[in-house]
Amino acid sequence: MSLAAPALRAGLSRDDLLMRAGVAVLAVALLVMVGLPLWSLLAKGFEDRDGHFVGLANYFAYFSTPALFDSALNSFHVAAACTVVVVPLAFLYAYALTRAVLPVRWLFQGISLVPIFAPSLLPGLALIYFFGNQGFFKGLLGGPIYGFDGILIAQIFYCFPHATLILVTALSVADARLYEAADALGASKLRVFFTVTLPAAKYGLISATMIVFTLVITDFGIAKVIGGNFNVLATDVYKQVIGQQNFSMGAVVGMVLLAPAALAFVIDRLVQRKQVALLTARAVPLIPRPKLGRDLFLTVFCTIVAIGLLAILGMAVWGSLIKYWPYNLSLTLDNYDFATVDANGWGSYFNSIRMAVGAAIFGTAMMFVGAWLNEKTRGFAAMRGIVQLLAFLPMAVPGLVLGLGYIFFFNAPGNPLNVLYATMAILVINTAAHFYTVGHLTATTALKQIDPEFESVSASLKVSVWRTFVRVSAPICLPAIVDIAIYLFVNAMTTVSSVIFLYSPDTKLASVAALNIEEAGQTAAAAALCVVIVMTSAAVKALHVVTDRFLLGRLQAWRQR
Amino acid sequence: MSYLEVRNLHKRFGDFVALGDISLDIAEGEFVCFLGPSGCGKTTLLRAIAGLDPQTAGTIRQKGRDVSVLPPAGRDFGIVFQSYALFPNLSVADNVGYGLVSRRFKRPEIANRVDELLRLVGLPDAGTKYPAQLSGGQQQRVALARALATSPSLLLLDEPLSALDARVRLRLRHEIKALQRRLGVTTIMVTHDQEEALTMADRIVVMNAGTIEQVGTPQEIYRQPATAFVADFVGSMNFLPGTLVAPDRVKVAGLAFACAPQDGLALGNKVQLCIRPEDVRVRDLSSDVANRVSVEVAELDFAGAFCRATLRVRTANEVTVNADFSSNLIRDLGVEPGRQLDIALPPDRLRVFAT
Repeated sequence: MSLAAPALRAGLSRDDLLMRAGVAVLAVALLVMVGLPLWSLLAKGFEDRDGHFVGLANYFAYFSTPALFDSALNSFHVAAACTVVVVPLAFLYAYALTRAVLPVRWLFQGISLVPIFAPSLLPGLALIYFFGNQGFFKGLLGGPIYGFDGILIAQIFYCFPHATLILVTALSVADARLYEAADALGASKLRVFFTVTLPAAKYGLISATMIVFTLVITDFGIAKVIGGNFNVLATDVYKQVIGQQNFSMGAVVGMVLLAPAALAFVIDRLVQRKQVALLTARAVPLIPRPKLGRDLFLTVFCTIVAIGLLAILGMAVWGSLIKYWPYNLSLTLDNYDFATVDANGWGSYFNSIRMAVGAAIFGTAMMFVGAWLNEKTRGFAAMRGIVQLLAFLPMAVPGLVLGLGYIFFFNAPGNPLNVLYATMAILVINTAAHFYTVGHLTATTALKQIDPEFESVSASLKVSVWRTFVRVSAPICLPAIVDIAIYLFVNAMTTVSSVIFLYSPDTKLASVAALNIEEAGQTAAAAALCVVIVMTSAAVKALHVVTDRFLLGRLQAWRQR
Repeated sequence: MSYLEVRNLHKRFGDFVALGDISLDIAEGEFVCFLGPSGCGKTTLLRAIAGLDPQTAGTIRQKGRDVSVLPPAGRDFGIVFQSYALFPNLSVADNVGYGLVSRRFKRPEIANRVDELLRLVGLPDAGTKYPAQLSGGQQQRVALARALATSPSLLLLDEPLSALDARVRLRLRHEIKALQRRLGVTTIMVTHDQEEALTMADRIVVMNAGTIEQVGTPQEIYRQPATAFVADFVGSMNFLPGTLVAPDRVKVAGLAFACAPQDGLALGNKVQLCIRPEDVRVRDLSSDVANRVSVEVAELDFAGAFCRATLRVRTANEVTVNADFSSNLIRDLGVEPGRQLDIALPPDRLRVFAT
């Protein structure tokens, strides 16, 4: 046996080189969009107001100021409470959707998604109408709604669809054969639930817990509207930065906010990694059979939850239509004339549309092409690893923290990119970065599902990978591409947290305007603006569903057998 | 000069050696099968030849040209995968013409070539369909047509028939072989199915654990397996543990068997004496026939065209020999469990391997 000859260096084709260049460009872009802003934020926490390095002094100041530290405790308190309520509620709801025979199942599923289309301040506004100082059921909760109770209820509304979506996915991957085996072995219903159903949904439950906890901790809109004197981390960041112009302390609070979110993210990823091949290709899907008692109970339960969700939305809609709450309850559209409460009038709404369309186009293109480059480039493992890491990072970073990082990075005097500051472009870039992970994952999953040998075949036929991308990979992944675009549009319409630091008077967004209007005491107009946002994003989503069913089906005739 | 020269090819994944020092020559127009169990490195070797997963070390020359470090696009080959890898959103005609479009053929030329290829693979009317509307066998024919469209001088087939059901597989075997003969294109096929390799290949490369065990014609591989692994992997084989007592004599459980002279093995070595079940003789045994053994039929397993008999040597109960008996023979001799028989193991059919 001969000794191995010196290792070879595989030659690269023009396509290989271009793809590697693409991956490198992507890595730099993600570094600018995510890595460097976070780095600036981290660095800022170690500086005093004049930019001198002061070590951990800001952190000492933070932890020795009870007022600041208390909000961290408040944040944890309300996040834990909300998780404890939402996860079981969502589990039962998801269980009903997947394992019971419900009348109008599609309607229950649709209603459970409604909160996704609303900016987070909407449930806050609705609660003010219900339980506020002049609310319908004022005093019914035994105390003022402003504070812990208000945040909790509003967060339940806001987090419910996120938990339900995850749990529906977890519960719909069920293998009917396991249940048949358990039945054949004579296991009781309760035992089957604890030995088959619950273990299968275990990872989904952990995932839902982490997501809800993170959402509550990092959300800004609800706490701002209905938090009153109950300070939480998210409002503290805002106060430090906007109120007191104390950027260093804002950065410190941001880091404190980042810690639990990042931790929850890491736990979630570890758990996700374990959840492979739970469902084998040979599994038999479980189709629920009617059972009167169970179905009746779950229908009643779902109806109550759905009514609760619709009541909050309905109250916001109604409140937006009322002339002068609570003295003149006659209906009017006056509240929708935003020019009376905001100099921009409807301008902020059209800014939002422009921003959302921009983020959808720019973000989708970057996420899909980026995911494709990262999946299909041969070799270059180190750089691809960096891209993968940077693409996952945004999921762990709260919007407020990212937005704050953007101020420090893009507003730095020496940064040539500071021409972007206070433009529409920076809002688009920031939104794409904030929601990068989900889009990247969606694209990657779709790309992994298509035959890995397409590029090999193309190379053997001497066809460039770009041509195969345009003619084959992208068309096949069209449904995923549209999903990403819709996801970005809806989130861009509703987001408050990451853009609150980045808008200028000319680029003010509807969700931010609603917050400002509410701050000025114009609750009805704020509700009206929220309702416009809900209607826009829900309409876009509905259009997507309809198009998916009718138009996309025709475009993708090749899927038919 | 051979068409394809593989020299000292190595492939490592970290510490795992996927290919260890592979050297191989393939002649122009040959149909070669890489045969071996899963994980033996046969697909790795094929992908190295294609440039899809380049080797760690070693050279590959195609038609005298060193292609070792060329990317796949720089090499001359067509490839067919087990998964077909047809583009699902393109029609069959667009799939077949995919490699032609980029070579700036004119539209009518492409259409003619596509028609010609579809007729060649027996699907003249499938051009406007989408892959999902075809059966697995039809899809694989389209994949074959697509690979041949650009007239490559080397055709690589990576387990092309494994995903198909038995009947289709059988038919496609003959069609691929006939097509290859007609076009004279040098072909390498990877398979784990020995029957496929035996019926299709001009030469078989048997691989195991990243190395080549034997290269030979199907007859050589089957009749004269070079190693115990090949003997075991291709066809079925009896392995009788024994000792080499003379250059042409092996002792198994007290019985001495004559065999061809063994040059490479030292006397007294532990060896395996091997014979194929169909080579065990029962009829017309003369009194002086070599290697005569008295046995009892222990079991008889029906296998359709023949029966597999388990025979226990009467003087050494622990030694059993499997033999394939035709239905005629069973009827003529009245073979049934418990029956005693005399068998002979022809010396020219015996193989001896060191253990």
